[in-house]
Amino acid sequence: MNLALPVLVPVLPALGAAATLALGKKAPGLARPLAIVPVAVSAALALVVALQLGTGQALDAATRLTPTGGPDIALGLHLDGFSSLISVLVGLVATCVQVYSTAYLKEDPRYPSYAALVSLFTAAMFLVVYSGDLIVLLVGWEVMGICSYFLIGHHWETEDARSASLKAFLVTKLGDVPFLFGIFLLGADAGSFRIPDVLAAAGDGRLGHPTLIALLLLAGVAGKSAQFPLHTWLPDAMAGPTPVSALIHAATMVAAGIYLVARLLPVFLLSGAALVVLAVMAAVTMIGSALCALAQDDLKRVLAYSTVGQLGYMAGALAAGDREAAVFHLVSHGAFKALLFLAAGVVIHAAHTNSISAMSRIPGLRKRVPDAYWTMGIALVALVGLPPFSGFFSKEAVLTAAEHAANGEALTNGLGPASAVPEAAGWIVLISAALTALLTAAYATRLYLLAFHSPATGAAAAAASGAEHEADAPYSPELDEADPATAEPAAMRWPLWVLAIPTMGFGIAGLRSDWLPALLDGGSLRPSAVTAVIGTGLAVVGVLAAYGAWRSATARLTTGRPVPAGTGRVPEQAGAPAAEVIVADPGRTLLGPLFGPARHGFGVDRLYHALFVRPVAAAARLVRFLDREVVETYVRGSGAGANLLGRAVRLAQTGNAQTYLSALLAGVVLLAVLVAV
Amino acid sequence: MHLAYPVVLAALLFSVGVYGVLARRNAVLVLMSVELMLNAVNLNLVAFDTWLRDSLHAGQALTLFTITVAAAEIGLGLAIVLLLFRARGTADIDRATALGDPAEPFAEEAPAGAEALKGQAAA
Repeated sequence: MNLALPVLVPVLPALGAAATLALGKKAPGLARPLAIVPVAVSAALALVVALQLGTGQALDAATRLTPTGGPDIALGLHLDGFSSLISVLVGLVATCVQVYSTAYLKEDPRYPSYAALVSLFTAAMFLVVYSGDLIVLLVGWEVMGICSYFLIGHHWETEDARSASLKAFLVTKLGDVPFLFGIFLLGADAGSFRIPDVLAAAGDGRLGHPTLIALLLLAGVAGKSAQFPLHTWLPDAMAGPTPVSALIHAATMVAAGIYLVARLLPVFLLSGAALVVLAVMAAVTMIGSALCALAQDDLKRVLAYSTVGQLGYMAGALAAGDREAAVFHLVSHGAFKALLFLAAGVVIHAAHTNSISAMSRIPGLRKRVPDAYWTMGIALVALVGLPPFSGFFSKEAVLTAAEHAANGEALTNGLGPASAVPEAAGWIVLISAALTALLTAAYATRLYLLAFHSPATGAAAAAASGAEHEADAPYSPELDEADPATAEPAAMRWPLWVLAIPTMGFGIAGLRSDWLPALLDGGSLRPSAVTAVIGTGLAVVGVLAAYGAWRSATARLTTGRPVPAGTGRVPEQAGAPAAEVIVADPGRTLLGPLFGPARHGFGVDRLYHALFVRPVAAAARLVRFLDREVVETYVRGSGAGANLLGRAVRLAQTGNAQTYLSALLAGVVLLAVLVAV
Repeated sequence: MHLAYPVVLAALLFSVGVYGVLARRNAVLVLMSVELMLNAVNLNLVAFDTWLRDSLHAGQALTLFTITVAAAEIGLGLAIVLLLFRARGTADIDRATALGDPAEPFAEEAPAGAEALKGQAAA
């Protein structure tokens, strides 16, 4: 294969980013083509590369970048089925997002820098996907991080966006430091930073510290892919523009951690302990985030928590030793979650609010955004995992992998022995994934019913209260000045339907072993009967439970019976209109006493605030005190001392020439006496 | 004649000159005292020239030279005193202290400087 093609894939968007930055301000007309064309061409090239590579092939090419004294750093390509598949996904989503952004950020004066950063991000993601060298991969990894930071802070006028971008940056960096050391250790143990060499070393058992390496790498993965201890940045990251959430914080960047583990899975398979840790991390993440999603009021935060949970699914599949299932779910999730976010952007533009309780008070919202209404429905069904849609197949692949791992016959597809995966990991993933399927169905149903299907009970109340979000809910709005009347321009409508195609059809690719599995490791992705029944059954139960709770809550409202305390009503705000703001939220009924904690992410943020933020702030104050009061005292003291000496010397400067002469004479006499004696 | 007489006389003259320079307040008298000191030196030069029997008479030549320079110097000095008197109405050397550097109260400017520093740091 001509190497220029895969090299061009990451280079084109990077050049596009530079050109957009350079010309965007001077020639605003060029900004849009410069943003879209390189990314679209890259996406096409990625597809060509994937087609040329074909199935079951791998391509390695490397040129030494720099001698280091230790293992060399190489500018290497490593192409196989995984990288082809994910690069096509990245290209598709990035192109859709760039097209969508032209309409979404039409009025934004900072559109050129935004588009440049999205292009740069796309280049970095391609670099991560194609890189055959861990250090080069790290470069792309960090460039993605910084792009994410800038894009979350796109609306830096708002306090929310500033603090969210800082938080995202710090939390992911917290994971990246151990990650860096993990890479160093891996490179030192394997004697090379090149991924094929590392994998060969792992296959020969030449790695000295597999558990330590795996755990260090997992820290970085947890940061980037928003897994349990480090997941808190992702919901706050929704303060960025919605297309950014779709591209970076749902479809691609957060999947990079999963992709990395999938790439290095043979290393992880050497350590059962690391797999159990990964399984526990995934289990806590999925269940916790699903509960949180059920209680959120902010549409984008629901989707963010849902992303965290679905990434937990992928991590769970990896913990069960099946990277095929993980990447399958990664790709199908990438498509439907990007679609969900883009549709959410349309809805938010139309409703001028992020709050689903506020949306429920807007009559006829679904008629104003028909395309978003339908595509969001499709994507939510895929998220829930009901049969013909892609989410069903990929989620079942994860469940099947977990089931096999629980039986001690993990589907490692030849990367390691099946016994490498502890059965405990399989059980943990299986149970939590089943539970999460139920919760996912519930929150997806709640979201859809509340946002689009609420009866127009409070037409008057809505008019009175406007688009107020619930007072106690965490809320990360973005600045929104769009005209609701034109909420669905063509540039925002077509990406939705383009993404709806893989959302509906991609799952079929896993059915036959010579389709998608042949591109990957060659194992089966067909759902097994037991898990298919359990998974679908639980999803249906979840949907029905949410629907039932919603019906009963709505019925209570419409018949005007007094609402039980804590159910479906919002504490009245001071100065709020007399008409009660009432929302039939099934989440309150379903979660009961858990609702409050779940709405605030189970207080993890508060815990981190108490554990880390406050000590750091106190330490900063101490340093400030030491600097201001102690160090500066010495500095000021030296100044004052010199001043005092100066005053003493000035006393002699009387201006009287005779005094000077007297002193001169005294000095001469003194010297003469000294010389003589 | 013994060398001691002129040398003692020169020393006395010089001492009177030093006293006049350091103690007199009138600038003209200070200049005259400087002349006394110069002439004491001249006396020494002549006396030692004779005592050493210098065939080149370097001491006498130097004396003539000194007298010339002193004449120029006193002319210049008197001109300065004249200008000083015209400008200030006095030739009192004690009151010509314009080049002095009197100690100013410095406590009042220090806090202002510190405040400015703090303000910069806070900004």
